[in-house]
Amino acid sequence: MFDILSFLPRAVMQGIPLLLGSTGETLTEKSGNLNLGIPGIMYVGGICGVIGSFLYEQKVPAEAMNGFVAVLIPVVCCLVGSLLMGLLYCFLTVTLRANQNVTGLAMTTFGVGFGNFFGGSLIKLFDSDVPSIVLSNTNRYFAASLPFAENMGAVGKVFFSYGWLAYTAVIIALVASWVLNRTRTGLHLRAVGENPQTADAAGINVVKYKYMATCIGSMIAGLGGLYYVMDYAAGIWSNDAFGDRGWLAIALVIFTLWKPNVGILSSFLFGGLYILHQYIPSGMNLAVKELYKMIPYVVTIIVLIITSMRNKRENQPPASLGLPYFREER
Amino acid sequence: MHEKTPLFHITKRGALPWYRAWMIRAIGIIAALILCALVTTVLTGVNPLQVYVTIFKGSFASARRFWDMLQKLSILLCVSLAVTPAFRMRFWNIGGEGQVLIGGLATAACMILLGGKLPNWALILLMIASSIVAGAIWGGIPAIFKAKWNTNETLFTLMMNYVAIQLVRYFSVVWESPKGSGTIGMINQATQAGWLPEIGNKYLLKILVVAVLTVGVYVYLNYSKHGYEIAVVGESERTARYVGIKVEKVIVRTMLLSGAICGIAGLLLVGGTDHTLTDTIAGGRGFTAVMVSWLAKFNPIWMILTSFLLVFLDKGASEISAMFSLNQSFSDILTGIILFFIIGCEFFINYQIQFRKSGKEEQ
Repeated sequence: MFDILSFLPRAVMQGIPLLLGSTGETLTEKSGNLNLGIPGIMYVGGICGVIGSFLYEQKVPAEAMNGFVAVLIPVVCCLVGSLLMGLLYCFLTVTLRANQNVTGLAMTTFGVGFGNFFGGSLIKLFDSDVPSIVLSNTNRYFAASLPFAENMGAVGKVFFSYGWLAYTAVIIALVASWVLNRTRTGLHLRAVGENPQTADAAGINVVKYKYMATCIGSMIAGLGGLYYVMDYAAGIWSNDAFGDRGWLAIALVIFTLWKPNVGILSSFLFGGLYILHQYIPSGMNLAVKELYKMIPYVVTIIVLIITSMRNKRENQPPASLGLPYFREER
Repeated sequence: MHEKTPLFHITKRGALPWYRAWMIRAIGIIAALILCALVTTVLTGVNPLQVYVTIFKGSFASARRFWDMLQKLSILLCVSLAVTPAFRMRFWNIGGEGQVLIGGLATAACMILLGGKLPNWALILLMIASSIVAGAIWGGIPAIFKAKWNTNETLFTLMMNYVAIQLVRYFSVVWESPKGSGTIGMINQATQAGWLPEIGNKYLLKILVVAVLTVGVYVYLNYSKHGYEIAVVGESERTARYVGIKVEKVIVRTMLLSGAICGIAGLLLVGGTDHTLTDTIAGGRGFTAVMVSWLAKFNPIWMILTSFLLVFLDKGASEISAMFSLNQSFSDILTGIILFFIIGCEFFINYQIQFRKSGKEEQ
């Protein structure tokens, strides 16, 4: 029997990191930067938060912990870490005009390595005596759900059982969508991504917009990594556990046709596809499960093909996506 | 009337002589190595000179390590050679990982299903053929859609990686041995059926195969009609159409070649080196190859140097992490730092910064 009541909340929780990652990447791509470093940035965001709260939990006993500080430290660490990654990407691709694909892949190599290195060596580096990184106290503050959720039965479970960062993710996506489509800043940003020459001629500071969009995008994506480890994984860091979610987030950008508000439901859908293999009864046949895990990727490929076949003008990527802009080169 | 002139402005350079370009890159690498040593020193407390000695030891401390380094170099070079023709026509194939895996899967399938049933020479021929075909199919699928509907190839090839990974995991369970392990284990360990023969020592065959491939790809790209067509499509698709090149055909043909060479890399890994198949057999080489190829400006001969650099650093960094019992991922951090510097220094090769001249000089 397909247990929809346990499936839905898990699909949503699985989808939140994807939502944050894809919202961040959408903003970035709207400025014309194809940031393939997002998987690395999400690792960096996650581990920076972990390092922050690990040190805090080591210094302060559980009873003396302040909920506000316990949340603030990892969030700030995460934002700073992913901001630095975003700045690095911008410096290389915008200021130094390097190839975006190569820079992004190098950032992913670096970021995943950074995450796994500190995840694996944190305890040794700080001469701590704990066996593994388990931030259950911090997790309490991240996973705390609304108090009335438990009394509301199914509705409470599906809509109100998540940690605060999950709701923040949805709000961020809505705000991003509003900014992109309803404000002058968003208009300028889209102009930069479509045709930087024209935008520049119209007096828009192309470099500033690219920097801002990419850095804010990176910070949002970094929060995705933080949500994964602090809430979804219950504060337990294990190396490579985050897996390929960063790449899926990039795929989701295409799936949503560069619309963050569409991203909300699609990321939950992707989250569902990601864990579907655990809910499809396959008996003792373990091999078939591996085939079910293929579903999200195959769906992405199909969407990719369909959007390119339909070739509608409003569904296309930003026209200058992936191209460097050099004013003197017109 | 006084318009403020900026402190400096940036202009595009003409072609630099190759030795000056490589001098700039060398400065970048040296700067990166200094930073790497600093990072290592901060994390381990060892003196920086010791760090360099350790990195060097990783590849050159013994004959076995040296051969192992050459073998790793040749596999990485093989994948880089594979992705290069596609990059030359601006087709961003980051699916090398999946194409290698699927080549390895085809090889393993032949070894497992036909091992002992065919004479060894026939089995090996069949392995070669099937790995090439499998890789070519995996590379060809995104190319067909790119050619017909201009489907984004970067993401298509990326997703194909994961489809390949899941296929390998599926067959890892189907062919598991021993039962219940979920892994394939050493294939045909007793009979060694389908193991590629050894020439001299167990490393040489792969190195020779890749050396031949390197020359082959170099000649193909620089001295053949196909290579010329690839170059034209890469520079300008419209020009290519105008002079009567069938762009669609070139895209599909080049990606078939790309995938086929990746398939060979899979063959060498499964049939020659590991004699088993896991989902991590490609080991991120599909992505590293993108950087190897780009750093060498898509020139197969320079790629020997750039892949050496990356393998050398990787082995050196794992040596450091083993010595100080740090996590293996340390090498990714060092590789990342060095890549950032090399990527950054390309700017100084392509552009020059001109500072504002004082008013007198201008008159």
